Amino acid sequence: MDHKKFKFTKDHEWLNLQEDLAIVGITDYAQSQLGDIVFVEMPELSSKLTASESFGAIEAVKTVADLFAPVSGKVIEINENLDTSPDLINSDPYNKGWIVKLKINNNDEINQLMNYDEYQEFTLDN
Amino acid sequence: MKSKKTPLYRNHIELNAKMVDFAGYQMPIQYKGIKEEHNHVRSSAGLFDVSHMGEIIVSGNKAEDFLDRMLINDVKKIQTWDAQYSAMCNENGGIIDDLIVYRYPEHYMLVVNASNIQKNFDWLIANKDDHVDIFNLSEKINIVAIQGPASRIILSKLIDFDLSKLEFYKFMETPFSGKIITISRTGYTGELGYEIYAGDDQIIKIWNDILNIGDGKVFPAGLGCRDTLRMEMNYPLYGNDLNEKTNPIEAGLSWITKLNQREFVGSNRINMFKKNYTNKSVCLEMIDKGIPRKDYSIKLDNIEIGHITSGTYSPSLSKGIAIGLINKDLAVIGSVLDVEIRNKKMKCKIVKPPFYKNGTLLS
Repeated sequence: MDHKKFKFTKDHEWLNLQEDLAIVGITDYAQSQLGDIVFVEMPELSSKLTASESFGAIEAVKTVADLFAPVSGKVIEINENLDTSPDLINSDPYNKGWIVKLKINNNDEINQLMNYDEYQEFTLDN
Repeated sequence: MKSKKTPLYRNHIELNAKMVDFAGYQMPIQYKGIKEEHNHVRSSAGLFDVSHMGEIIVSGNKAEDFLDRMLINDVKKIQTWDAQYSAMCNENGGIIDDLIVYRYPEHYMLVVNASNIQKNFDWLIANKDDHVDIFNLSEKINIVAIQGPASRIILSKLIDFDLSKLEFYKFMETPFSGKIITISRTGYTGELGYEIYAGDDQIIKIWNDILNIGDGKVFPAGLGCRDTLRMEMNYPLYGNDLNEKTNPIEAGLSWITKLNQREFVGSNRINMFKKNYTNKSVCLEMIDKGIPRKDYSIKLDNIEIGHITSGTYSPSLSKGIAIGLINKDLAVIGSVLDVEIRNKKMKCKIVKPPFYKNGTLLS
């Protein structure tokens, strides 16, 4: 899947939308800023997330970053490979480094998100 | 204030380093990645630019007596060409800085932390008398450190001296590219290694020569892995584990605090602390997954007993490690405690230092 078709948040997360499902990860820009990722704190399966609230954390060697829910929804799958290989987020952030799959509550929240070109511009401004 | 650049700034940019502002200097935090650089230092060698650190020269016929009064370690014990780890305290026994003293034939050099250069200099000036001269040469002297088991073989190719004769915490001077440079058997990684002190032209040349002659055995290494390497050895970092509110006894610096028949600035208070202190520095290894960080709370049965002063992921142990300051009565090797990480209690245990036990430091 081409990540240029994904949606993006100001917290440097991406969403791959498939009807009412969204696969969520962090962007290549975010992983390069964090450096070597060593641990991902995941939400519980079936937990309900509220848009822009913290649902987990990414630990890099030097620093930790909160994961913020890009939209409200229910966690229906987590990437269990990250438990043993959190560095998949560094090596393949848009594919094997996905973090959670959500069932979206409210499609209106998606309209708040950036497209690829808008996100590129956003990271340049930062 | 605009941050300063070391003479190696352009080299770091050409090597694609990620640069950060550290103590007012633009410094490389990493080149290829912290884990890769860390592992390369442990298995082969890494080259660090630590030119941001400060150098203060103390000379004059009363220099030894003066430093004996200013420093917690016994400077009278060291000979010419010896280095000594030490610290300077205020009247309350709080740590102004930790440092290394080098005894040259005609003067002493104090190597201090970059963030404390002016504070150290001002404190020394305020306490000196007419028989002592103090110069801040931090802008003139640069440092690169080559660290790792392959460091001796690589550096030997560049200088005309048998480095196997240079013992731990000894140093020497040698000609290099038309000037005299200093090479000392010191470091902050727990591996065999050398620190090289030189002016701008010589530091750039030796940096390039080491990387060229190293033939892949030596990688440039950034401040990121410098921190993970020192953490694995339980070496304290000023600003984290040491500060003006901690005294050398609780901070784990008793081994360099020489109180017998000596009086130095802060010694009265430190003598009192020694009889009656409440906290102790301990090494903590995570049992649960999670990375401990500075200022996280340490608990036992839901009661706070201390806090983390430095924490990181350990690339050698593949787990979280930390230095913590806790109630000394609870500082027992093997005890299981909780670290509060984002409102969750994560189990850790007190271990005997250092975390990493296979360093080549003394080889």
